[in-house]
Amino acid sequence: MTWTLDKSRPICPQICEMICASVASGEFSAGEKLLSVREIALLAGVNPNTVQKSFEELERRGVIHSVRCSGWYVNENTSAAVEELASLRIKKTEDYLAEMAQLGCSSEEVIEYIKKCQGGTQ
Amino acid sequence: MNEILKCTGLSKRYGSVQALNRVDLTVERGKIIGILGPNGSGKTTLIKLINGLLTPTEGSILVGGEAPGVETKKIVSYLPDNSFLPSWMTAEQIIDLFCDFYEDFRPELAYEMLDRLGVSKTTRLKNLSKGNKEKVCLILVMSRNAQLYVLDEPIAAVDPATRDYVISTIINNYNPEASVLISTHIIADIEPVLDEAIFINRGEIVLHKTVDEIREEKGMSVDALFREVFKW
Repeated sequence: MTWTLDKSRPICPQICEMICASVASGEFSAGEKLLSVREIALLAGVNPNTVQKSFEELERRGVIHSVRCSGWYVNENTSAAVEELASLRIKKTEDYLAEMAQLGCSSEEVIEYIKKCQGGTQ
Repeated sequence: MNEILKCTGLSKRYGSVQALNRVDLTVERGKIIGILGPNGSGKTTLIKLINGLLTPTEGSILVGGEAPGVETKKIVSYLPDNSFLPSWMTAEQIIDLFCDFYEDFRPELAYEMLDRLGVSKTTRLKNLSKGNKEKVCLILVMSRNAQLYVLDEPIAAVDPATRDYVISTIINNYNPEASVLISTHIIADIEPVLDEAIFINRGEIVLHKTVDEIREEKGMSVDALFREVFKW
């Protein structure tokens, strides 16, 4: 997976989102061992404390868990990650709709635009 | 003891110039902290005080619970803002020198980093380019197993690829017992690795927050906030 971060947003939630997405999509499978905090910090070019904080947050949300002296693992039950991803998708869509509304565009018109753009790329 | 550095009411005056004005600052262990400020804001003065190269006009400074001196120099690894190495020596000779000087120096790590960055071990420093000289200094400083690393402008002269390597060296060397203080005005490159940012202006700390707090509250990167706070 690639670690592309938006510097104008807190990094911690961004790492949480990326890991949730990878778990939900099956890129990280249930029970799989994650890379260490330091390895992810190096890959993403971020502070190890931030990665640690993200992992702890994901543990609270029931996506991953830590095993003493071994590292971090994806939970057997990935439903929490799927739910996180779903609510993230809803939020992103709401944000997009709000932006389009600012440009004077109704939801119906947005749907038209989406269809148009899809037509263009096909 | 969780704080590695504590400044209380720290002031420094050079004649009529007030370089630092009653600075209160506490740095915990295990943090990577950026000291950010425009030219002449007092960054280097603060760093020199931490290293005992200057004495405070007022106030106190404690490194690992002690005033700067012989004991604190054992636990602080300092990269000055200008070259501090004898230019007639080679990297190899300087590594030997550092082995004698510092109990916590790890020569194998220094050689590994020199190889990685392709810096010659047998060329005299005066014959190296400015960037390569800077790399040698930084490698020496990061090869110590210190409790506080104080880096004054570590990435000013090196190319962007090397900057990335420097940053990954800092991450790789991260240890929860040690803290890293980095002074710079090239913020965009280092901001992802910072825990906290300290904005300093005209000798006073104007902001000291975690970088995620800054992004959360202001909705902008530390670099963007810096440009806004220090706009002319």
